[in-house]
Amino acid sequence: MVETFEPKSDYRVIGSRPVRHDGFDKVTGRAIYGADVKLPGLIWGALARSPHAHAIVKSIDTSEAEKTPGVLGVITSKDMPETEDKMIDLGEGDENPRWTSNRLMASTKVIYRGHPVAAVAAADRYVAEEAAKKVKVEYEILPVHNDVDSALANQAEIIIDGMVGNDLGEEVKNTNMATHERYDFGDVNKAFKDAAYIEENTYTMQMVHQGYIEPQNATAFWDEEDRVKVWTSTQGAFTARTALANLLQLDVSRIKVTPCEIGGGFGGKIPVYLEPIAALLSKKTGRPVKMVMERTAVFETTGPTPGGKVWVKIGADNNGKLIAAESKIWFEAGCNPGSMIGPAAQCIYAPYDIPNTRIDSYDVVVNKPKVAPYRAPGSPQVAYAMESAVDDLCDKAGWDSMEFRINNASTQGTRRGDGVRFSVIGTKDVLSATKSSNHWNSDLGTAPEGKVRGRGISNGYWFNIGLKSSVNLNVNNDGTVTLIEGSTDIGGSRASISMQAAEALGIPAEDVRPSIVDTDSVGYTDVTGGSRTTYATGFAAWKAANNLVDELKGRVAMLWSEGTGEFGKDDVTFESGVFWSKAEPQKSISFKELAGKLDNLGGPAISTGSVDLESAGDGFGMHIADIEVDRATGKTDVIRYTAVQDVGKAIHPSYVEGQMQGGAVQGIGWALNEEYYMQDEGGMANSSFLDYRMPTSLDLPEIETVIVEIPTPLHPYGVRGVGEVPICPPLAAIGNAIKDALGVRLTDLPMNPGKIIEALKK
Amino acid sequence: MHPFSYVAPKTIDEAVAVLEKNGTRARPFAGGTDLLVQARANKWDLDTVVDIKKIPETMSLEVSQEGLTIGSGVPCYQVYNNEQIKKEYPGIVDGALIIGGIQIQSRATIGGNLCNAAPSGDSICPLIVYNAVAHISGPSGSREVAVEDFCTGPGSTVLQNGELLVKIVVPKPNAGSGTAYQRFTPRNEMDIAVAGVAVSVQLNNNGDDFESVRIALAAVGPTPILANKAGSSLSGKPINDDSISEAASLAKEEASPISDMRGTIEQRKHLIEIITTRMIKEAVKRARG
Ligand SMILES: Cc1cc2nc3c(=O)[nH]c(=O)nc-3n(C[C@H](O)[C@H](O)[C@H](O)COP(=O)(O)OP(=O)(O)OC[C@H]3O[C@@H](n4cnc5c(N)ncnc54)[C@H](O)[C@@H]3O)c2cc1C
Repeated sequence: MVETFEPKSDYRVIGSRPVRHDGFDKVTGRAIYGADVKLPGLIWGALARSPHAHAIVKSIDTSEAEKTPGVLGVITSKDMPETEDKMIDLGEGDENPRWTSNRLMASTKVIYRGHPVAAVAAADRYVAEEAAKKVKVEYEILPVHNDVDSALANQAEIIIDGMVGNDLGEEVKNTNMATHERYDFGDVNKAFKDAAYIEENTYTMQMVHQGYIEPQNATAFWDEEDRVKVWTSTQGAFTARTALANLLQLDVSRIKVTPCEIGGGFGGKIPVYLEPIAALLSKKTGRPVKMVMERTAVFETTGPTPGGKVWVKIGADNNGKLIAAESKIWFEAGCNPGSMIGPAAQCIYAPYDIPNTRIDSYDVVVNKPKVAPYRAPGSPQVAYAMESAVDDLCDKAGWDSMEFRINNASTQGTRRGDGVRFSVIGTKDVLSATKSSNHWNSDLGTAPEGKVRGRGISNGYWFNIGLKSSVNLNVNNDGTVTLIEGSTDIGGSRASISMQAAEALGIPAEDVRPSIVDTDSVGYTDVTGGSRTTYATGFAAWKAANNLVDELKGRVAMLWSEGTGEFGKDDVTFESGVFWSKAEPQKSISFKELAGKLDNLGGPAISTGSVDLESAGDGFGMHIADIEVDRATGKTDVIRYTAVQDVGKAIHPSYVEGQMQGGAVQGIGWALNEEYYMQDEGGMANSSFLDYRMPTSLDLPEIETVIVEIPTPLHPYGVRGVGEVPICPPLAAIGNAIKDALGVRLTDLPMNPGKIIEALKK
Repeated sequence: MHPFSYVAPKTIDEAVAVLEKNGTRARPFAGGTDLLVQARANKWDLDTVVDIKKIPETMSLEVSQEGLTIGSGVPCYQVYNNEQIKKEYPGIVDGALIIGGIQIQSRATIGGNLCNAAPSGDSICPLIVYNAVAHISGPSGSREVAVEDFCTGPGSTVLQNGELLVKIVVPKPNAGSGTAYQRFTPRNEMDIAVAGVAVSVQLNNNGDDFESVRIALAAVGPTPILANKAGSSLSGKPINDDSISEAASLAKEEASPISDMRGTIEQRKHLIEIITTRMIKEAVKRARG
């Protein structure tokens, strides 16, 4: 049985906005990021990478590199341990270590541009980089598949030799299609026959990258006893440890991963890239080895989110009730399978209650970097298709698209596209908050000459995840509490987790001192991702706090008994940071006072809390986008933008707003300009921030936020995840706004000026 | 990238000597906002960078009766913050103001922009329409080259081994003239021109006819392009929508862009027509004060 909680409202710490615990270190530059790690005897590693996106490796000659003065060691795939051919669970996605090993260091084939073929360790970074250029590789170039159509064509070159595809349970050989899954509920064909209005279209999109500021990095030391220490900016020290154990063929306990401060991840810093290479170079040289990626390598060789195609067809009856939906989702997995088609299927219909639904999804291997999670992986792509189709259906039938969304909104008991039924959700609350928002009730204003304005809305959904987390608490004799956790802090989670402990202990947030530690120093904790950290690690902190209170009641009893044993633990109650005698209400002691006496009252008080949560509270959001398009140049400016979201309970509202704004901004970039622009011969043409065209602050209005709080019964404080929902609505919200402004539907991302000009010409 | 040495000569002769001796393994270093980025990307294999900013001649910024002198080491922010330049050479300011962001403009020079010879270089087309002249010193003395002839291909210029750009001289515009530059980028800043147009107009005494017009196009050919046909089509023409749209469509024809990640041929040609129209109108507005 899953434990459930009643919503509360009388919080002391939760809902306030204290200064984040890591704030000063970060703004003063004192925080230690991965690239700041320095160790005695440190040397540098660099990779020799393939210039081709698909080729057979005929030979690798490292002799020139090895002879270069200053070079201390060179490795190739021959130095990679033999790995198992099985899927392992990494929290936000499964991986096959053999494929991963081959992907991180090519053996017989390169399957994406930038694919490493050798690694060099040298006294300094530049010697290593120059020597890596001297690695000679003989390639036999193969045809390149940049997209799903080309990879699935009849005569396609097979990218992963020996990969067996799964087509609805049937094994398929000689294919680039890794998986075809289906979810089918009700009678879709019949429902479409009954439908009065039907809308169908195909939407296409390119890979896009998280674009975190800090590039991937790793420092590793492999000692004489085969113990490996790794320092890295990772979203999950423990999942990195698991991945490394598999890749290096070591027991997990031989590996200690120290998570450094992290300069953004958004999902992209869950997989390991440089860590195993640095470790093997260290094994070879006996020295600690550090590696830091260049931006080009970050774009070309770390995981973006899938591009692909989404076909969607929806049907409604005469009363405007959605009765049928069918879709086909083709996602580019990159060079290894695993493109989040599962999450896409979970999300596509989630905002709606539709009795008859079918989803076919296809995971397709192409010659591009293997995808990695990126904020609500798989959901924005399908939301773009679904939410565009909903607007087009409403236009066809003459319905108001806001009312249509309200009338068809999912609710408790609604069956999601993958069959799961919702518990308490806030879809309708979000829609009504949007409808009563200031933005929705303000008009668009008039555009200057030559420009036109439009407004669009879109739903967005992410299910959020639970998984495993651990927290330790230690009471200090000054009344503060040290909170030891394993969740790396990307978006303010030190604050949000500490605040939950502080609430339960009745002490100020500042009196909880969070510390993020290595994998030897706290219990297993899953990745910071899936919007799980404030929810699950916060839950663990709440548990640890309750365990601590229980322990401290014993100490209070000890104090008040004065050796007589007349007070038991059960005679003590605790509320708002004060312990009371149940029998004599005038007898009390504060948490802080008690902390000062612990040295003579049984010694250090510590506690732990750990959780393994099967699910989390679903998150819904709706965005409103006002845009202005220059009809002559096709340039779109976002002039006003509002994000509305059910977050369950906002622990620290500033960081909730920050997440909503950040997600919206990334979605706006994806909608308008960001894309992997591929060359025909393979490889990304625009692998720099200059040409990748993420929005800057000058391209954006203030993102307004409306927080809706429908607590989930799954968490003691009602917390749902926050970070992922807000990247889902912007694509369609902007597409719908463009249609409102220009009367044309764009079905290909990004909706950049060139495409708008093209569409206007037609 | 490998270690290289840094020298900062104090005279033109010293600089020329170092450059001549090292050939392609040395490069002049102004703001470095192109040079260092390109060295990292292995475009250059350098032994020496020659900082030109200690040479007095390269650091002069002067507005006189003859015109505007911009030393090749003067950063953009000094150019666009100069009140006299803002007033008399607004087209130069249009370009200098959009090269990168504030950090870049604190180092980047107009000379470096010109010597880097990117077809999209934002200061080059304004210089061309102002009839600016590049003053070059080298092993065999000094010479002057019109900016419109300076760039010979993407990243290549008329500069020979050992030669250095010392300064750019912009003749003083006559009364009744106006100049403007604009580029199109999908983002509002920190982006590279998909297409750009500079226009300089000289109006007749009444201000209702064009006397002469120069139009230059950015990012639509291997070098910035002086669009002669478009410009001369306006000579002696009245200022109206017909004459302007004819010039704009000639400019569109003179553009010879490629399709790449920054834009397609069709999009770029279309933009040239749009921006040319807008810039002719803006230049006329400025000419009329
Ligand atoms: C983030 C960023 C944004 C940018 N945005 C823009 C933009 O919007 N528009 C734009 O046009 N450019 C842009 N650039 C490119 C660059 O900033 C400009 O071209 C700048 O004007 C170059 O000037 P610099 O002084 O830094 O040149 P440097 O890098 O010092 O030199 C550029 C080239 O010219 C040579 N050189 C320099 N001085 C001389 C000389 N006196 N004689 C002979 N050769 C010389 C150098 O050897 C080098 O090859 C951007 C660059 C960056 C990094």
